[in-house]
Amino acid sequence: MTRMMIRGNESIAYAFKLARVQVVPAYPITPSTLVPEKISEFIANGEMKAEFVPVESEHSAMSAAIGASARGVRVGTATASQGLALMHEVLFIASGMRLPIVMGIGNRALSAPINIWCDHQDMMAERDSGWMQFYAESNQEGLDLGIMAFKIAEDNRVLLPAMVGIDAFVLTHTVEPVDMPEQEDVDDFLGEFVPHYVTLDPEKPATLGSFGFPEHYMEFKYGQWIAMNRAKEVIEEVFAEFEKKFGRKYAKVTPEFAEDADILLVTMGSMTSTTREFVKKMREKGKKVGLVKLTVFRPFPKEELREVLKNAKVVAVLERNISFGFGGAVYAELSSALSTLKEKPKVVDFIIGLGGRDITFKSLEEALSVAEKAMNEDVDEVNWIDVNKEAVLKAEGLL
Amino acid sequence: MNYENEEFFAPGHGMCAGCAAPIIVRWILKLAGPNTIVTNATGCLEVATTAYPHTSWRVPWLHIAFENAAAAAAGVEAATKAKGEKLNIIAFGGDGGTVDIGMQALSGMAERGHNVLYVLYDNEAYMNTGIQRSGATPWGAWTTTSKVGKANPIGKLRPKKPIAMIMAAHGIPYVATANPALFQDFKKKVKKALSIEGPKFLHVLSSCTTGWRHDPSKTIEIMRLATDTGLFPLYEIENGDFENMRITYKPKKFKPVEEYLKMQGRFRHLLKNPEYMEKLQKDVDNWWAKYGKYYRP
Repeated sequence: MTRMMIRGNESIAYAFKLARVQVVPAYPITPSTLVPEKISEFIANGEMKAEFVPVESEHSAMSAAIGASARGVRVGTATASQGLALMHEVLFIASGMRLPIVMGIGNRALSAPINIWCDHQDMMAERDSGWMQFYAESNQEGLDLGIMAFKIAEDNRVLLPAMVGIDAFVLTHTVEPVDMPEQEDVDDFLGEFVPHYVTLDPEKPATLGSFGFPEHYMEFKYGQWIAMNRAKEVIEEVFAEFEKKFGRKYAKVTPEFAEDADILLVTMGSMTSTTREFVKKMREKGKKVGLVKLTVFRPFPKEELREVLKNAKVVAVLERNISFGFGGAVYAELSSALSTLKEKPKVVDFIIGLGGRDITFKSLEEALSVAEKAMNEDVDEVNWIDVNKEAVLKAEGLL
Repeated sequence: MNYENEEFFAPGHGMCAGCAAPIIVRWILKLAGPNTIVTNATGCLEVATTAYPHTSWRVPWLHIAFENAAAAAAGVEAATKAKGEKLNIIAFGGDGGTVDIGMQALSGMAERGHNVLYVLYDNEAYMNTGIQRSGATPWGAWTTTSKVGKANPIGKLRPKKPIAMIMAAHGIPYVATANPALFQDFKKKVKKALSIEGPKFLHVLSSCTTGWRHDPSKTIEIMRLATDTGLFPLYEIENGDFENMRITYKPKKFKPVEEYLKMQGRFRHLLKNPEYMEKLQKDVDNWWAKYGKYYRP
């Protein structure tokens, strides 16, 4: 193990290098461009033996990734925002064909207006694409989840592609110290890549991506459903094995200061670090506030969330995405997951930090005050934090 | 090795009687042999040959979507290189999947220099969705989105996109137009393309009985006329060297375009109007006046 200072994008590139990825088709897009740059550098230096395919679009990046993965090699790529949206069509094909591709995402807002900064809208818009979704809090997590994603995706019980989200700029461009695992340890952890699926092999000709009529289509989809559900146990196993080998603990859902908390703040990605400091400060003031970090969004850890959240009075979901016409995606799913509890906490949604707006203690105080109010009275289901509401209402002709 | 007596494209598929695409595919695979991987754009060929759990393909075959047969092939090629193996990688796309929606991926694959043979089987419209005009539909053709009526007696008002020239302008090692009705020329070009390292592009004419509206027994005859009238010239361009472009076949005596048009329902409306026939004849004559000097048998 070596201690290194790296940017978040490099955590994805190093994960690919350590995983001995054989093909990397990628297209530049802010803020994830450094991933293909770094891969190109690794290859040029002779540090990494892989085919880099500098494609002409993200659509072709994912198409080439599918072609390479179908040929039976380990494949990684990276993108963000509009690039991920351009891949939309092919993402469903990668998962439908059960190809264990791993993709780093520099989580960035979607246009319009065009904006290159952090939120989770890009990955949330792909939640039904059949890809597993992991969200990193730090560069260390980006690196570790990047390595683990291959092991989970390639497991015979899963065979599904995976995305690892690292927040735009807050992580992608920020230097942090990480413990870089040794190559031989990662080799040992991942094992040699053996495709546990039908590949394009002239020795054993097979037809991949054929035409499925109504009498077969649903069975393919049911297979994906089963695989995604089984991914839950595989993720747990891989997290445990990783901890044993590398000493760092991961969980789908991580509660902190949660046991006696009345109010639990649910977070994803880098906002977790700010929220943790905030929670510590609130604890010093005697407030019974806790934190629940969500690392895995697909498969959605319903059971774990029920267990962790069931005793709270109010669950405040802080999320960097919005599904117009309902609320945040995490709020919707989490509320649905808790609905089976006999006694359930009140769930309040907070839309926060869209398009790179900073999430500060002040933002969190605003959210917490609504959550505290919710202990005793009704509050809005969906609350927008740090927004100049007056200006918008005026523009919409409501003021 | 010669695999001409072997079949890699099995019968029993759902392509129409009289469709030229299976002839093209069957023979390209015979010439390529078993050490081949195929990628296929969405379209008639893909839909009608891979109805799960059946398949007509006796070589490894991959379909992803409509616009990305070239990108899929690029990925397959990169993985093949990573594995240290060598084989034929062939992408098949119809005209919609090639000259329209797949143009970007095709151009990218060519520019990056992947060792892929891209075969366009050009039936001159979106036939799989029911005969809509594409960038490869010729001027004057009726389609369901270039309809003929009082206000538009012509049909498609724009000329055919010169895809072979566009691909040649990429400077790739080999570009050729071919027609299975001129079989020896077609075979020679397929073999040549397969023998060259790097990106290759074959533009193959492929008649469609339902879209062109012709008697299914006349496929070869009509396609032969496309070349014998001069409408679909056969040539090759290597390394983007237009000066040394080679027209590989020239009819001893050109037939009038009318002979080609009158066998197809899609041009029926033109026959009533000598002015349109003259325009088409003039287009052909102009092309040959300009390029005829490149006939180098």
